[in-house]
Amino acid sequence: MQKKVYTIAGNRLVAADTYELRLKGEGPAGGEFIHLEIPGYFLRRPFSVCDTFKGGLSILYKVVGEGTRVLSTLPEGTPVNILAGLGKGFSASSCQENALLVGGGLGAAPLYLLAKELKAQEKHVSVVIGFNKADEIVLQKEFEALCDHVTITTLDGSVGIKGFVTDVLKATLLNYDYFYTCGPMIMMKGVCSMLSGHGEASLEERMGCGAGFCYGCTIQTTQGPRRVCKDGPVFKKEEIVW
Amino acid sequence: MVKDLSVTLGGLRLKNPVIPASGTFGFGLELAGDMDLNVLGGISLKGTTREARFGNPTPRIADCTGGMINSVGLQNPGIDALVSEKVPALRKVYGGAVIANISGFSVEEYRECCAKADACEGIDLIEVNVSCPNVHGGGLAFGTSARAAAEVTAAVKSVCHKPVFIKLSPNVTDIVEIARACEDAGADGLTLVNTFLGMRIDIARRKPILANTMGGFSGPAIFPIALRMVYQVARACHIPVMGCGGVASARDVIEMMMAGATAVQVGAQNIRDPFACPQIIAQLPSVMEELHIDSLKDIKACI
Repeated sequence: MQKKVYTIAGNRLVAADTYELRLKGEGPAGGEFIHLEIPGYFLRRPFSVCDTFKGGLSILYKVVGEGTRVLSTLPEGTPVNILAGLGKGFSASSCQENALLVGGGLGAAPLYLLAKELKAQEKHVSVVIGFNKADEIVLQKEFEALCDHVTITTLDGSVGIKGFVTDVLKATLLNYDYFYTCGPMIMMKGVCSMLSGHGEASLEERMGCGAGFCYGCTIQTTQGPRRVCKDGPVFKKEEIVW
Repeated sequence: MVKDLSVTLGGLRLKNPVIPASGTFGFGLELAGDMDLNVLGGISLKGTTREARFGNPTPRIADCTGGMINSVGLQNPGIDALVSEKVPALRKVYGGAVIANISGFSVEEYRECCAKADACEGIDLIEVNVSCPNVHGGGLAFGTSARAAAEVTAAVKSVCHKPVFIKLSPNVTDIVEIARACEDAGADGLTLVNTFLGMRIDIARRKPILANTMGGFSGPAIFPIALRMVYQVARACHIPVMGCGGVASARDVIEMMMAGATAVQVGAQNIRDPFACPQIIAQLPSVMEELHIDSLKDIKACI
């Protein structure tokens, strides 16, 4: 865990109510998520790292309440206080050759960073990401530029295949030896029960400290109580009690 | 001039009065890799019960103006794991005061757990939590009645040789009455205050944010109330008080001590900023300089 002050290098609307926040700062951020202080709010908010680049990182967030609304108004150049290097992320090395990434909504964000890592390890990466409708789609071009096979689903059929990501998993013969999923709990539950192979899911929980010492985000797993912020947020399929 | 930050608490010499409050710093070990724990005057460990507890379902945390609500519900590995694993491991990296925080569901459970904590070499002081708002039929039930608080105090004192501090709830009509009852029953000191019972509602979903509906509110918003209670109790009792509630800065520490606290616990601020305690300790000398304070011992209850 590192406490840092980063500077906003960009905070732009990229989809309906959805923003990309680019943060500049020194040091190896690492970790699965950052815990970001929003001016006027007591607790920090956790955000999955979507991408890293020289001298910074980016996150995607949706305006869902007052805190994220305030965040969306912060202009370029604003200093933000973050805790970086938090959480245990996806294990790219668990995949032998063929990875399957299944995302829902902003669950696509951490999968993008994972896809980059998998491609750096010269693995074959297939991606299935679902959204409600066309104006909510994020990262489509980025995934298409990076991955071997990208399928988009929308509930209203406005883009890609009409339906849920699980409809695609049902209808398609997928060649993978390990899968990774991030998105709404109900989607991940469906994905994990449908896919017979090994895989991991990134869970979400309201957090306090974000660093494993307040025990505010503990869940029950098959291995006993685990802190989502420190022991996760990524857990193996077999560990999760749905 | 070199500033003297040391204080004496229950016969223990603390290098400074700043102590992370129970439940806001785990068992210390969780943060040992991120900071030098030895700057801390003491550490109050996570509340411990006889049996291991999972605690309450999530969500357990809600953000609030000026603070937060938690309903963790005393998740802990049980007293045996505390004394055989957690404390010995912490002792390998930490030399300051180690405070065990004990909770229970019956007088007998309090007595049994405190006896085990008393027998554990690495523990210096025992803090008896009669004020947890997040478990049913335990904790708080003993802290809202002077008679019950005195009964727990007497039972624990009968088996402990180490200093025993009773941690009091602010969710009472007259905290002084309960403080006096604990003192009369033999308590060596008091910690006050625990969290205030509160709740939040997700107005979009029309449901409580917390799975447990209610939880304990803490953070800077409660500081003036906690300070007032410390002031009232410190004037009414002769035993030392650890002041706790909304402390977020070196100035707050000094204010708590001026109200009558011998040592000061920092709680919710650790959740907001894991480095809060080391920062407060680092800032104390310059704030003391500004206020013409040479020794923190000089300002206790000075108003």
